Amino acid sequence: MTSTTATVHKAKKHDSGIKHVSGRARYIDDMPEPAGTLHVVPGLATIASGQIKSIDLDPVKQAPGVVAVLTRDHIRGANDTSPAGTGDDPVFAENVVTFHGQALFAVVATNRLAARKAARLAKVVYEADEAPLISVADARKVGSEVLETYQFLRGEPIEAIKAAPHRLKSEMKIGGQEHFYLEGQIAMAIPGEDGDMTVLSSTQHPTEVQHVVAHVLHVPQHAVTVETRRMGGGFGGKESQASQWAAISALAAQVTGKACKLRLDRDDDMIMTGKRHDFEVGFEAGFDENGRLIAVDTDLASRCGHSADLSLGVNDRAMFHSDNAYFYPDVRIKSHRLRTNTVSATAFRGFGGPQGVLFAERMMDEIAIETGLDPLDVRRANFYGQDSRNVTPFGMIIEDNIIDDLVTQLEKTSHYRDRRSEIEAFNKTSRFLKKGIALTPVKFGIAFTLNHLNQAGALVHVYTDGSVYLTHAGTEMGQGLYIKVAQVVAEEFGIDLDKVKIGATVTDKVPNTGPTAASSGSDLNGMAAKAAADQIKARMRVFVAERFQAQQDDVVFADNKVSVGESSMNFSDLAQEMHLDRISLSASGFYRTPKVSWNRDEVKGRPFFYFSYGAACSEVQIDTMTGEMKVAAVDILHDVGKSLNPAVDIGQIEGGFVQGMGWLTTEELVWDDQGRLRTHAPSTYKIPCASDVPEHFVTNLYESSGNREDTIYRSKAVGEPPLMHGISVFSAIYHAIASIKPGTKPQLDAPATPEAILSAIASLEPS
Amino acid sequence: MLHELCFRLNDEIITLTDFGPTDTLLDFIRERKNLSGTKEGCNEGDCGACTIAMGELEDGELVYRPVNACIQLLGMAHGRHMITVDHLSKEGGALHPVQDAMARHHGSQCGFCTPGIVMSLYCLHEDRKDPPTRETVNTWLAGNLCRCTGYRPIIDAAMESCFGPIVPSNHPSGEMGAIDSSQSLFVGNDDAFFAAPATLKDALELYAKHPDSTPVAGATDVGLWVTKRLDELPKILHLGRIQGFSDIVVNTDGLTMGAGVTYEAALSHLADIDPDIAELILRIGSRQVRASGTIGGNIANGSPIGDTPPLLIVLEAAVELQSVDNKRSMPIEEFFIEYGKQDRNAGELLTSIQIPALQREEHLRCGKITKRFDQDISAVMAAFKFTLEGERIAAARIAYGGMAGTPKRANHAEQLLQGVSISDEVAWLPAITALSDDFAPMSDMRASASYRMTAAQNLLRKALLEIGGTSSSATRVTATRPDDLEAAE
Repeated sequence: MTSTTATVHKAKKHDSGIKHVSGRARYIDDMPEPAGTLHVVPGLATIASGQIKSIDLDPVKQAPGVVAVLTRDHIRGANDTSPAGTGDDPVFAENVVTFHGQALFAVVATNRLAARKAARLAKVVYEADEAPLISVADARKVGSEVLETYQFLRGEPIEAIKAAPHRLKSEMKIGGQEHFYLEGQIAMAIPGEDGDMTVLSSTQHPTEVQHVVAHVLHVPQHAVTVETRRMGGGFGGKESQASQWAAISALAAQVTGKACKLRLDRDDDMIMTGKRHDFEVGFEAGFDENGRLIAVDTDLASRCGHSADLSLGVNDRAMFHSDNAYFYPDVRIKSHRLRTNTVSATAFRGFGGPQGVLFAERMMDEIAIETGLDPLDVRRANFYGQDSRNVTPFGMIIEDNIIDDLVTQLEKTSHYRDRRSEIEAFNKTSRFLKKGIALTPVKFGIAFTLNHLNQAGALVHVYTDGSVYLTHAGTEMGQGLYIKVAQVVAEEFGIDLDKVKIGATVTDKVPNTGPTAASSGSDLNGMAAKAAADQIKARMRVFVAERFQAQQDDVVFADNKVSVGESSMNFSDLAQEMHLDRISLSASGFYRTPKVSWNRDEVKGRPFFYFSYGAACSEVQIDTMTGEMKVAAVDILHDVGKSLNPAVDIGQIEGGFVQGMGWLTTEELVWDDQGRLRTHAPSTYKIPCASDVPEHFVTNLYESSGNREDTIYRSKAVGEPPLMHGISVFSAIYHAIASIKPGTKPQLDAPATPEAILSAIASLEPS
Repeated sequence: MLHELCFRLNDEIITLTDFGPTDTLLDFIRERKNLSGTKEGCNEGDCGACTIAMGELEDGELVYRPVNACIQLLGMAHGRHMITVDHLSKEGGALHPVQDAMARHHGSQCGFCTPGIVMSLYCLHEDRKDPPTRETVNTWLAGNLCRCTGYRPIIDAAMESCFGPIVPSNHPSGEMGAIDSSQSLFVGNDDAFFAAPATLKDALELYAKHPDSTPVAGATDVGLWVTKRLDELPKILHLGRIQGFSDIVVNTDGLTMGAGVTYEAALSHLADIDPDIAELILRIGSRQVRASGTIGGNIANGSPIGDTPPLLIVLEAAVELQSVDNKRSMPIEEFFIEYGKQDRNAGELLTSIQIPALQREEHLRCGKITKRFDQDISAVMAAFKFTLEGERIAAARIAYGGMAGTPKRANHAEQLLQGVSISDEVAWLPAITALSDDFAPMSDMRASASYRMTAAQNLLRKALLEIGGTSSSATRVTATRPDDLEAAE
């Protein structure tokens, strides 16, 4: 590892920062439209479950501006957009409707408003099922599952709980979450010659969009090129969920021969695309008088919606993180994946992990009430050990545990203990308002648990003027991946950052990629880009060593020069001279994450390369008359190894925290008993706004010598883990409520809306 | 009578006759002018990605306010200067200070909300009326959702740039005079038109001729009928340019507001009545919504969850309605007949609202329950006015929104409070309990029926506690009343 760096580990601005603030960053809807571009709008099912008896599209076809109405009959290939090709996510529903808002057809018209109006004119006759399965409870009652139940088991948890000196049994509901990326789903398909199709897609997974489009159009993958320059937010909502809109726009282009653009209206987007899984968790635990766990038995049931989508991975990750930072000696973690007549739940930052972690933290809070101990002491009593008590419920040994030191630092800098005493005193005398505080840890496993996704590629060209073009498998959704990887390349070549051009992510430049997900973007693509740069550098070393009669190993890349000993030449001159000497200045790099393995059937292996750690301390105040809540202060300490870009990382941590806080406080998804989503716009679905963030909001990076694993410049992944810092707010609310009647456990469900808080207060008194 | 829409967009004077009555300003900017800096996030005025600066001549100077272009009807731009983000800096040129601060503070991640945020901050930078505080910034940003950053760097950028040196802005105030905004505007024909009468007489005559036209003030509600319900509204009667329609007259008896007074313009006058009203107004919509939306519109649309009607009911406000040949006035509560039905006849416009002054012995409180404090629609909205004679409640007026099909008074509770001591908590109980006789609220996505009832009862209790002497610093997690704040410090 280099001791000093010129570009990495520096707080560089987002590569598009200036373009963002000046309105010149182009999103797909801002791209100039080819002449004659048509606009596509889907038609939605108006029942949640049942048969389509008949469908009359004549009024749609006759509406002004309509060019074509697409149905299943237009599809030459497969009527499927599912990520794994399982056939349960149709482009257009055939005969059967499985959720309210499912696409039945699509209108292609000369303008978007005409298409929107026409899409509402279809006359569909349904035979609706009387009782669609909407909630987890509905599905459990009839045993409706989308995937098989799966479990981790170690020891004899049931017996151990029975024999434990202290026991608790509890349950909680955890709500889902709408991504609310500010740029909604969009794709524009441009037909080419020989049936080729270029698709501009706002997706985290261009390769999957390519595969789905090829599959639907019935063309080889080489005929489809998918390009993603930037997304206006993703958060997991454009991992599998972008494919359908790309496929429909491509189908429209195939049918009409014109460029076709599909941009979902916000309400349709919220109705038609998947969200975070909501969970119902039941658990039992046995523990000693110090609050240390003896055994845990937990039952996680999630609403997966009408299809599998990514539910296997999401629910597995909920299980992988049900321990959070705690050692469970004897343990059973059981996961039920329920099929309901709701939109298919999908990836969302944390990918099931947050639900598992929330369960663990709730258990700690309840043990604290049962034992009368400070919840932080209970947490600490259960932290994973260094050399013992260090094996997860799925058998992986934790080798990089820093949680105790990290929490100790935050405990000190946040003045947790003093503030907790002050709060206890305040609550004794305050009749209507109660305060709460909580310090909660996060441990999060880094790697895709589906092993083949742990790979990435990059393409690097050096041009003869010394400027560099970079493109890689990862997509930019605002998380700063492009600038981080560019920093790596600039560092490697020893050139200024502005010499590196960051190209859009395109499937014909870097093929066969995985999604930009699982926080893995900079780990994978940083390494792949370095691998590409290394190849070019190796050729440069040979050339320079020969030129100056020196050793290749002594060649240094720095300050826009390539030097050896006293001799040096400009990087640009070197490029020019190598070109004249007929040496390639282009390379593709490839990276596969080492060490990871996971055998799901045998519950065996090492699913994660390493773990990321962090902790947050939040203070809240609640109004016991109305349930209103205000966050008073937040302190965060988070481990990103040696940060590639501290400004970008702090932005991810702060933004992740606020998104997690929103998930657990103001953001409530409501479906009615007919399966209609009632919160399908920002007027009814409330993500945090500026005033929800407290003035005291302090975020620090944990100082260390870096990732113990050999990652890119010893950095750590950052995208998902900080979302779980929002749990500190939920836990603080729990503390505030519990202070009303010490010794009694409130029944607080998430999100902690004013209504949920008031209901939890009421739960303190026997009814 | 003018038959051509005329306004200024950035540097360009736009004159138009070929536009639809319900065309939106955002679609015009993006699709007809190909100015792609302004984004569409939600198309309903809630996310702020489409925020632009709307300049209006006031005493010869252009005053700029942020508005949501997605729910502004294009015709409403007449006589105004619209600035989009594209105008703030030239490619490769110097950034405006708010843009520069946003970039330096890492205030953008995905960047999609950023142009809207920049425009809100630009307007704040121009405004200079509010104190240079974090609260001011939060208020100006309440209508701009960001899903990436967590707002901290945006607030830092705002604190640094919005209150700094004024940048010469070269607002074309003088040139705007060339646009004739004194005459009535009528673009279209008898079957489809956008009309913006300049006088009440013109408006009433047009409405009499076209009783099927749609009166629009700020379009913060009607805009959604267009963008979401896709209503065909061929005849738009815009009330925003009627002379005198936005006047506010204050005298010792109280104040009279024209129906076209925006929330923003009403704010300082209503705040003089009681600080709770200021708090309430600041929680209606966002800065963008309050710059367009009107008190008159909030009444006239008859929504059961409008925030101002319960307040105006307890204040004993009256509304005036006019048609070509008639003028009448009624207590505001009588205006709301039932859900979806108001006492407004064909051809009649709500023209003004009279609000009596609060007497010394009268005490007011408001309470609004939402999932999010800023820019959220009420689950329950409550307003209370108690007239005290010493310790004794001589009279009580209590009204709620969100508890019935209309904004409605709590008659049973009011009666049971009469004669009760303001300091006797036990004596209030019958009145608090009686709210369940007054209301049978419903369950929906904002709250359950039982929560609505509990919250309504506790808001009444809280109002009684506070008026009885309990400091609001001990009863509220936010918006402590200024007097109580001083006492607490």
